[in-house]
Amino acid sequence: MPKSLISIQDFTKDEILHIMEVAKDFEKDKSQPILSDKVIACIFFEPSTRTRLSFETASNRLGARVVGFPDESHTSVQKGESLKDTIKMISNYADLIVIRNPLEGSARYASEQSSVPVINAGDGANQHPTQTLLDMYSILQTQGSLDNIHINIVGDLKYGRTVHSLLQAMSNFSPRFTFTSPEELKLPKEYKMFLDKKNIPYQESKNLLKHLNNTDILYMTRIQKERFTDPIEYEKVKNIYCLEASMLNNVKNNMKILHPLPRVNEIKEDVDDTPYAYYFKQAENGVYVRMAIISYLLGKR
Amino acid sequence: MTKIDDSKELKVSAIQNGTVLDHIPSNQLFRVIDILKLNESSDAITFGINLDSKSMVNKGIIKIANRFFCDNEINMISLIAPNASVNIIHDFKVAEKKIISLPEKVTGIVKCMNPACVTNHQNIETQFTTTRKNNKIGLVCRYCEKITEI
Repeated sequence: MPKSLISIQDFTKDEILHIMEVAKDFEKDKSQPILSDKVIACIFFEPSTRTRLSFETASNRLGARVVGFPDESHTSVQKGESLKDTIKMISNYADLIVIRNPLEGSARYASEQSSVPVINAGDGANQHPTQTLLDMYSILQTQGSLDNIHINIVGDLKYGRTVHSLLQAMSNFSPRFTFTSPEELKLPKEYKMFLDKKNIPYQESKNLLKHLNNTDILYMTRIQKERFTDPIEYEKVKNIYCLEASMLNNVKNNMKILHPLPRVNEIKEDVDDTPYAYYFKQAENGVYVRMAIISYLLGKR
Repeated sequence: MTKIDDSKELKVSAIQNGTVLDHIPSNQLFRVIDILKLNESSDAITFGINLDSKSMVNKGIIKIANRFFCDNEINMISLIAPNASVNIIHDFKVAEKKIISLPEKVTGIVKCMNPACVTNHQNIETQFTTTRKNNKIGLVCRYCEKITEI
């Protein structure tokens, strides 16, 4: 079975650092057509803006051709074709498959059926490893190092898949965490046990302002309406954190705000013009990191 | 004429050679039969449920003639009958008692409890690795990575 990227734990610390180095090179020189003989399939069974466009941009900048579909409405899935058959067929057409599918575990299953590498571009609430790698790249580029960073994660710590993958991957680099969330959306116990086992210090807080001034990375997340079964619960917490420019007067000079996007109300637009806003650059970084991942899995870098 | 000792009367007749699975919770006995695929077997099988024993009420027992299981097979029943005893019978005598233990991997048998898991929507055999936490058995799904508690 060829090497795939399904879960962030599929990559070792050395592989993560390698991806960071290769991404830096792609950021310096954005068009490197080293995959001009390759075809990459981007198959998206549910809609996405950033992830799909950045994968397609990354493929194009590497000189590869892209095939695929942006949602399942025009595919044989509508006729009842199984995921297995779809993957078996596409892996005979393309040299690499990028898949997003709302069923959890679908990407792992696809990688077992595929004869070519598979990249998980999000399988429901489970994993989204390329987001984690671009978050890490953004931390590295803004802080100069991945080591000993104080990361303050704000918002939905219960359901947010990017939060869980990020803390697992960053645990290799002796970080310090602050988890800012309402009671209903606190970090699940298994992740706290994971951090305890690795001796990584963390504190929990409900107050966004309290730990803002000694934070290196402020990682804001959206409270995701679609994860709530009870709409009243959602209404209670949806606007609980709203970052404004006026809150940033005493933050550290190196502090940067990350957000996996899309944002709703959690960051006011007046923050965009401060030197701390990094989320749009973070989204741009996704292209370089995805270029690095694709070329690594195809054995070119 | 030989004297019959009532207390020794067996509710489920003895086997000469084979395997006896004892102390199975009665309500799990048919699942044990499923897991070990005994319904597909051509061996002589006798079983009893809702029997009394010293150590448990409502125990179940299965006797399978001329059949010996490998550890991997028999360990699968630890998920539903963790205290079952396994006796290997040779010539009407217990030749060996096996202790069942939690297998490292479980394939099939159990469904993933996560409704959004791909195994609940496509024709995929489930695969789990087992964990034990505070005496609770957990199954970590190979696909969705969620834990199903037993």
